[in-house]
Amino acid sequence: MKLRFLASAFGLMMPAIVFAGEYNLTVDRIQIDTGDFVKEGIGYNGASPGPVLRFKEGEEVSINVTNNLDEMTSIHWHGLILPFKQDGVPGISFTGIKPGETFTYNFPIIQSGTYWFHSHSGFQEPDGAFGAIVIEPEGREPYRYDRDYVVQLTDKHPHSGDRIMRNLKMMADYYNRQQLTVGDFAEDASEKGFLATLKDRMMWGDMRMMKVDVEDVQGFTGMINGKGPDQNWTGLFEPGERIRLRFINSSAMTYFDVRIPGLEMTVVQADGNNVQPVTVDEFRIGVAETYDVLVRPKTAEAYTIFAESMGRSGFARATLATKEGLEAPVPSLREPPLLTMADMGEMEGMAGMDHGSMAGMDQPDMEGMDHSKMAGMNQSDMEGMDHSKMAGMSQSGMEGMDHSKMAGMKQSGMEGMDHSKMAGMNQSGMEGMDHSKMAGMKQSGMEGMDHSKMAMDDGSVSDPFYAKGSGLLPVAANGGKFLSYADLKAQKPLFEEREATREIELRLTGNMERYIWSINGVKYEDADPIRLQYGERVRFKFVNETMMTHPMHLHGMWSILDVGAGQLNPVKHTVSVQPGTTVYMETEVDAPGQWAFHCHLSYHAATGMFRKIIVEGGPETPAAAVSEQSVKVGGGA
Amino acid sequence: MSFLKSLAVTTLAGLVMMPSLSFAQERRQDTTPRKESLKIWGAQLEELEYRYSDDGEELATWNGDFFYGTDELKFRWLTSGEYAIEEQAYEGLENQIVGQVPISTFFDAKAGIRFDTPEGPDRTYAVLGIAGLAPQWFEIDANFYVSKDGDTSTELDAEYELLLTNYWILTASLDATMAFSEDREIGVGKGLVSTETGLRLSYDLIDRSFSPYVGVVHERKYGDSADFARADGAGTEQWFAVIGARLSF
Repeated sequence: MKLRFLASAFGLMMPAIVFAGEYNLTVDRIQIDTGDFVKEGIGYNGASPGPVLRFKEGEEVSINVTNNLDEMTSIHWHGLILPFKQDGVPGISFTGIKPGETFTYNFPIIQSGTYWFHSHSGFQEPDGAFGAIVIEPEGREPYRYDRDYVVQLTDKHPHSGDRIMRNLKMMADYYNRQQLTVGDFAEDASEKGFLATLKDRMMWGDMRMMKVDVEDVQGFTGMINGKGPDQNWTGLFEPGERIRLRFINSSAMTYFDVRIPGLEMTVVQADGNNVQPVTVDEFRIGVAETYDVLVRPKTAEAYTIFAESMGRSGFARATLATKEGLEAPVPSLREPPLLTMADMGEMEGMAGMDHGSMAGMDQPDMEGMDHSKMAGMNQSDMEGMDHSKMAGMSQSGMEGMDHSKMAGMKQSGMEGMDHSKMAGMNQSGMEGMDHSKMAGMKQSGMEGMDHSKMAMDDGSVSDPFYAKGSGLLPVAANGGKFLSYADLKAQKPLFEEREATREIELRLTGNMERYIWSINGVKYEDADPIRLQYGERVRFKFVNETMMTHPMHLHGMWSILDVGAGQLNPVKHTVSVQPGTTVYMETEVDAPGQWAFHCHLSYHAATGMFRKIIVEGGPETPAAAVSEQSVKVGGGA
Repeated sequence: MSFLKSLAVTTLAGLVMMPSLSFAQERRQDTTPRKESLKIWGAQLEELEYRYSDDGEELATWNGDFFYGTDELKFRWLTSGEYAIEEQAYEGLENQIVGQVPISTFFDAKAGIRFDTPEGPDRTYAVLGIAGLAPQWFEIDANFYVSKDGDTSTELDAEYELLLTNYWILTASLDATMAFSEDREIGVGKGLVSTETGLRLSYDLIDRSFSPYVGVVHERKYGDSADFARADGAGTEQWFAVIGARLSF
């Protein structure tokens, strides 16, 4: 308060007022003890995770990073909007920090929320080089809370990052210990019949794909704030208090499904940006994402924060309690998910596919698809198609949707698809739809739709961001509400709503057997940069042609995730793209310079799912933009 | 918090705070290792075992490879040998150096040289082959050899792993050699020369780097090759009990 007053006083005399904070970080070789094993790793100021950096919006930070390693290092400020030379990606923003060198980052803080920082050199981040960033807003938070904890998740592996990379390249399934066995075959055979099971296995074997290919790197210990499950990080509270938990997934490779049995969580922020509060029982946090939730334990009992990995091969655990040492039951891991043909999406061209080229198809073609071979699929799986380019479909079946681009499809050709359910936007008919072109839909028609609770015909829950029939579709452990991207609506839009000036398609591609990951079939080493023009608004179309989930992270500029909410689409820095789905995000190209853009799974980025983005044009010098920002900040103070 | 944070609250004119760095839009080239092909090496001893035959012969055998390279080009040294313990002689000793490039999603083509230096006459061959993963998870390695004297032969290796559990693995392997011309000196007749069939039950003890196993191996010679063996006073068929370990680094 005093500070603000002082600042305001000076503000009268000065054209601009800024706070300047100086911070020191050392990059050190450390020992990491997970409770299950102790390993050599890399940390900041002697620990992993490093310190929580607490900034204030409007502050000019100056961060001295001293490299005590015998190799190059770097720090990337994940999610922060800053001049590109401060972004900390060696080879793109700067040269890196040499051994023994102290490098000083200088940039203004022009945002608030929960973020994190990590090394962008080699596999230092999987080896432990990360920490949290908490930025206090200039104004008031739109929600109240009494306590505030960072909950930073990671997947600590006994092997070093280099070793893991080499093992995966030698044998892509090196770490996969969830593979289907003879016993599983017998079990399935007794359930579904011998021939059906054999057929199923042969179908997957024919593609040389594994249904269990959910987590590349198993055998880790899930950690929260540097504590393994047995070390049990504990956050204290008084009954009745509102606690803000800032979840950050700093894992190298692992998605976590997070729940706190006995407590509802109100999600108020995603990737540092406030969202309209949505109360859930469980949420899935992709690698590099952050979610801030509010919880309000009313009684003095202990609560377990349980974060199960998406592939159920491990978990992290922490406790909320009124005093240290209290514990609540720790749930057991649920059954590992199995991928389905729906997750094959584009590859086999079924559920969730983009039928852009289907124009002119007719009934025989539809019938030609042998559904019998598609395990877990039913007729309704066709609903997962991208209808964006199917013009001329019977309007009557698709009320309220703008299908202007659908051309030349024979009516009869669509009969296999039960469109009767789409009329009036029946939820069940909408599942898995490509929402891309929904922007053109009448807002009024959308508003009534609750994407979050779409139920399938059989009554189970669905999520438009998963291929229909996907084996990865999350379900809350207590049968309650599981957060979907479709639930995320920006609290206050950061940008004016406008039509994108162009679309860039990025197919997420890979070869699992060779452990090569790429974009549009090209690895980073062979790829030209993606060139964007300053001032344009680019619509990125992610088409996931692999069987794995990819958390795509664009540096330097926001990713406006298209959830069909128009102006209220949430603003993120990392967008998860599930197998067999197409996801759109838009970016206001407002940051000159060059930036990294990549899958945040460490070993996917390292094997090629990575691009350099060059933003051409813009202000003569980004400094101009920076000073503008400073003036604005100063004026506000 | 264990870190040092010195928050110096200063007020400065915005213009002074403006970073005085030059922000000319220089385009840095990414010359970090990220922009280079990932270079990987690996070493594996698929088989390292002691064999005891139904007629009391004892053998020490190995079959392994070492590779170094990128996705686009790998160099591989393949080595295999059969050492007769009593005779203190190499019944078989084979080394190959090949270059390997991908030709499809799941297969690589190989070309290189093979040196056979067992007890007895040596041979040098040019090697052309393919290796990869066939549908239904069969590991395939098929090679075509031409010796210095123009003798040609082909060898097929197939392997299938049956997962009893995620750690107990039953591996079935078949290795068949066929010759298109006779090389009497080393006992190779035209036609199907020999097969080696194996069944090994292994347990992954340390990750996938150390997996001890036990198994049975059947070796058989056919046609002219069998006749040559008989003429040389050797058997044409042998059963082995084997014990060993699969190693990878």
